[in-house]
Order: sequence, then C-alpha cells, then structure tokens
Amino acid sequence: MKEHSVVLSNVTKIFDDSFTAVDNVSLNIEQGEFFSLLGPSGCGKTTILRMIAGFEDPSSGNITLGGKNIIGTPPNEREVNTVFQNYALFPHLNVFENIAFSLRLRREPENEIKRKVKEMIDLTRLSGHVEKMPSQLSGGQKQRVAIARALVGRPTVLLLDEPLAALDAKLRQHMLVELDTIHDEVGITFIYVTHDQSEAMSISDHVAVMNEGEVIQLGTPFEVYESPVNAFVANFIGETNFFTGKVDRVENEYFLLDTERFGKIWFYKDMDVREGQEIQISLRPEKVKITKDKPIVPEGVKLNVLKGVVDETIYLGSQTKYTVAVGQSYIKAFKQHVRYLLDEVIISWKDNVYVWWFADDSYVLREMGGVAFEE
Amino acid sequence: MKSKRDLAGFLLSMPGVLWLTVFFLIPYLIIILYSFLTSGIYGGVELPFTFEAYTRMLGNVGYWQILWKTVWISMISTVICLGIGLPTAYFIATSKKSNVFLTLVIVPFWTNFLVRIFGWMVILGRNGVINSFLQLLGLAEPLALMYTPGAVILVIVYMYLPYMILPLYSAIEKFDFRLVEAAMDLGATRTEAILKVLLPSIKGGIIAGIILVFIPALGSYAIPDLVGGTNGAMLGNLIARQLTVARNWPSSSAISMIFLLISTLGLLFYMRINKVQSKRRLTIRESYMREEEI
Repeated sequence: MKEHSVVLSNVTKIFDDSFTAVDNVSLNIEQGEFFSLLGPSGCGKTTILRMIAGFEDPSSGNITLGGKNIIGTPPNEREVNTVFQNYALFPHLNVFENIAFSLRLRREPENEIKRKVKEMIDLTRLSGHVEKMPSQLSGGQKQRVAIARALVGRPTVLLLDEPLAALDAKLRQHMLVELDTIHDEVGITFIYVTHDQSEAMSISDHVAVMNEGEVIQLGTPFEVYESPVNAFVANFIGETNFFTGKVDRVENEYFLLDTERFGKIWFYKDMDVREGQEIQISLRPEKVKITKDKPIVPEGVKLNVLKGVVDETIYLGSQTKYTVAVGQSYIKAFKQHVRYLLDEVIISWKDNVYVWWFADDSYVLREMGGVAFEE
Repeated sequence: MKSKRDLAGFLLSMPGVLWLTVFFLIPYLIIILYSFLTSGIYGGVELPFTFEAYTRMLGNVGYWQILWKTVWISMISTVICLGIGLPTAYFIATSKKSNVFLTLVIVPFWTNFLVRIFGWMVILGRNGVINSFLQLLGLAEPLALMYTPGAVILVIVYMYLPYMILPLYSAIEKFDFRLVEAAMDLGATRTEAILKVLLPSIKGGIIAGIILVFIPALGSYAIPDLVGGTNGAMLGNLIARQLTVARNWPSSSAISMIFLLISTLGLLFYMRINKVQSKRRLTIRESYMREEEI
C-alpha cells in the first residue's frame, strides 16, 4: 500500500456561521499521485485547497500532511506550495528573483540559489526569459514561472488552483502535457483544482468529483466516466443519455426496464435489481450507433433499437454529435468518423434513422435522484 | 493630417501655457533678476547687478541654521506622516467601509487652513486646552508647547497627513493581496510578506506621498509663523521677514531661489523614479507584440 501524503478527515468549513463551503469531506491522497478536485464553481474545491495550504482553517475535522497534523500551522511553515489561479507573480521581481523568492527567505547561499533556480528554469523551459519582468511574459510563460517558483523549495505537495483557466484552449493542452511531464520528473504529490472535466480526466491518477461542498464520487478518471455514481457525476463528466423507469422483469444478466420516455428497453444487470424497483441508467452517447438501415440483431444478442429523426447535428471533424428525436424525447449519439470520406451513408438533419446499442453498454446509477448538472 | 493635429494640440495647450507663462514663469524670472540686484533704501531694487544677496546669505550662519532647520522639520514631518499614513491607508484600503474613512480623511479640508491652525493654538497655548487640563491635575508650571519646532512639526503633520494617506490609499487599493498570500505560501511570515512584496509594489504611492508632504512642508509659512515663534521659524518666514521687515528684496529673492533649488532636487528625484517606471511600461507594450511565442 502506498503512503498517504495528504489526509482529510471529516473536514467541514462553514463561512460566517451560515455558508457551508465544505461539508464533511474525507480524502486520502497518496504520496506522489496526481489528484484532482473537480466540480462546478462554488463546489468547495478551492476552499479545500486553501485549507491544505493554510489560508483557511477547517471549522471541524482534521488535515494531516505526511502523517503530521497541520491544523493551526501557518502557511509559511507548511511544506506545501501553491500555483495560484492568476499566477500571483511578484510584479517588482524578474523571473529569476520570483523563482528564488522562497530560497532567499531561507537565506540559502547564493551559489545554491543559482543552482536550484537554474534547475527549475531548465525543468520549466524558461531559459532566455530569466531577466524578464512578469509583465513582459506571455500567459504560458507566467504559468511556468509560477510552477517553477512553487517547486524550487522542494515542497512535499504542490497545489494547483485552476492553473490553466486563463490560457487559451491550444496552450492549455500544451501546458497539460508539460504539467504531466513535470509531475513525472519531480515525483511529488500534485493536487489539482479545476472545473474542467477534460483537464482533470486527462492527467489525474484520481479524481474527486465535488458538488455543493461534498465529494460525490472518488475514483480513477476511468471509473468516474464509465461508472458514475449518480446523474450529477454522469452529466458533469462528459455527456450522457439518462433512462429512468421501473424494472419490468429480470432475465439472466439483463433486465427489462419500463422507461417513461422510450418504452421497454433491455439493460445489463451490473448490480442486483428487483422487479418493480425504480432505476436510473446512464448511457454514453459514443456507445450509441446511428444508421439509416435497421440493424440486424444476431441471435442471443441483447440489442436496443429505436427509430427516430435527426434533430440536430454538430460536426466536429473527428466525430459528429447527433441528437435524435425518438417520439417526444431525445437520444444523443456520437459517431466517430473512422474512414476517410468513404465512411458510410451520410446522415444529415431530418433524416429518418435508427439509434441502437448493446444492452451491455449502459451503466446503472447507484444513487437515484442526483440532480443533473445544468451547464 | 499630422500637422493639423499638431496645430490642434498647440491651440488646446495655449490657455495653460499662457497662464503658466504669465503667472509662473515671468514672476520667477523677475525673482531671479531681483536676486542679483542691489537693495533699495526704502525697499525695491536698484542697479548694479551683484552677487551680494547670495554671498551675504551664504556667509551668514543664521541663514544656514534656518535652512537646515527647515529641511529637518520637513523631513521629520514627512517621516511621521509616512509612519502614520502607511498603516492608516492600509487599514482604509482593506476596510469594507473605505468610503466612509476616506471622507473622514478629507473632512478637515472643509475648514479653512488658518482656522485650523488657530484651533491648534487654542489647544497648545499657555492657557490652552492641554495646559488647563494639566493644571487641573495639579501641575505647577504650564508646559511650553507653543512656539517650539515640535509644535510646527505637529501642525505640519496634521495639515499634510491627508496628502500622504490619499496616494498611499490608491496604491494599496490597487495592490493584489493574493501576492501576500503567495509570499506566505512560499515561506514568508506576514511581516516579511509586507516588507518584500507589499512595500515594493506600492513604491509609487510612497514616493508620491513623500513628495506631496515634503515640498509643501518645506514651503510652510503660516504654520511656523503662528505656532513656531522665533524658535520654529522656517525658510518661508525668513523670506517674508526679509521682504517686509528688512525690506531687502534681493535677499528674499535669493532665499526663494535656494528654496526653489531644494524643491527642484526633490522633484528631480521623483521624476527619475517615474522615468524608470514608464520605461518599464514601454517594455510591456513591446512584450505584447511578442505575445504569440509561448
């Protein structure tokens, strides 16, 4: 078993005696992992980060760092450094002095400072910008200075508060890869706060999905995507189709659900269900096929086929996102374009189509009634 | 096109240029001229040109003493203003009711300058508020609070403190306090964070405050005249005395020139720092052009 780096036990933070920002959160963050706190704005993720950094004290509960209780320890005495959302570079110091800030406070010898700063400048590929002032740097460069400045003092944990939010999409992708590389090289624990699910998914070892001060689900990116615990997680992490209804009958590994909107549909029984039980199901759109011809159902395969009309198409190059009207309701189906032009019959707006999927491709939500996240 | 705009700029600046020429430049030239002339018997000036006013002044120990006293009274007042103004401005800038406190800082301006000095005379005088109170407590001799350099410093600080607080406030108000958090995150104590991050960031405000207090303090006339007595006389009083009592116009003009020299040195210092800053701003603009490189 891996050693725990940061442990939060029943941490609650109440502001002004009225607003509960963090509600009884417990987390075990392993040594050296890339851990993400993911949730919509105001879900309490930044408050957790600030409590680990020492800028806020929890109203109740405990936080340990490397096994040591750090409640009451001021931020300057915690072996935790932060990369702030808007970088918070010192405007009156150049790149070198910004990075050297923590070393100077410790009064390290000049040659040590030079060596360590140089190391960080190489790591973050900032050579050539050493003499520049923060105001002369581009967003990506500022970001790197902030990371170098936070890492130079060799903290045991690096906190990153939406570090890429201010960058444009292309640069964000680039910096994500770089962050991942830096994490691999320094090998310390990274705790990353973001509201962007794709960021969190792409680099994290574990993700804690939060909403309204609570951790809704904790797992690997794969787990939170493929087995979301409730409708909130399913909807916040990517797009999905929901089916709600009563179990009509169970048949071996499958059960027939009497849905409100699409009639009776087969689903894979990945948890114990009783007849008559109220159930909610998530079906990821990329698992739904869309064709003009009615699919041939092979013997013994549970396939759900619905007939509908294309209501909306969003062409994204690599794939097309279709919304298909089935009766009064809609089903989302994403089609990946895997061949060059000779793909298949082109499906466009108002076409009559069949949407179909294997009953095995859906997931039964373990918690009913989680409020779907509205963007 | 360009020359048209130049013409418009010229015309628009004319009122200001005219005003400054007539009421500032020409009078100063007259003062410079006077300072090199001979004193008339009943005041005024007459020929020939001479350096007498300067040589007499520079050779007089009394002048040097007052000059020195003027400079140190102004410096001490400025330092005290900074000492009081910095925490006050910090408090106002970080307060939720900063508007209320800002108004309170400005309220004294609603009362006439002289009236406020008289107010201090009432407080500090031999039979003033403080002494009456001490007498009540059984103190035998009234304290000599008035007509001391201390009284001058006190009233200067009182008068010019708002000029220190306001620029400091506007600098601190613009300061991003997350930088203090960042400094503490990197291992700084709160004091270290304030010294190494807050103060350098509000340098412009501090310098502006110092200039705005030091220069008027240097030119104080009414304050030392009313609460300073002979002990607390400053350069301004000396100029007035030379002009009215001694009726030596060249001499008062020469002292004015010395005064101008000192304040100009102060302003040059300010402009030098400002220049460094605007140079930095220029490089910011250049850096925007290089924004595309990652």
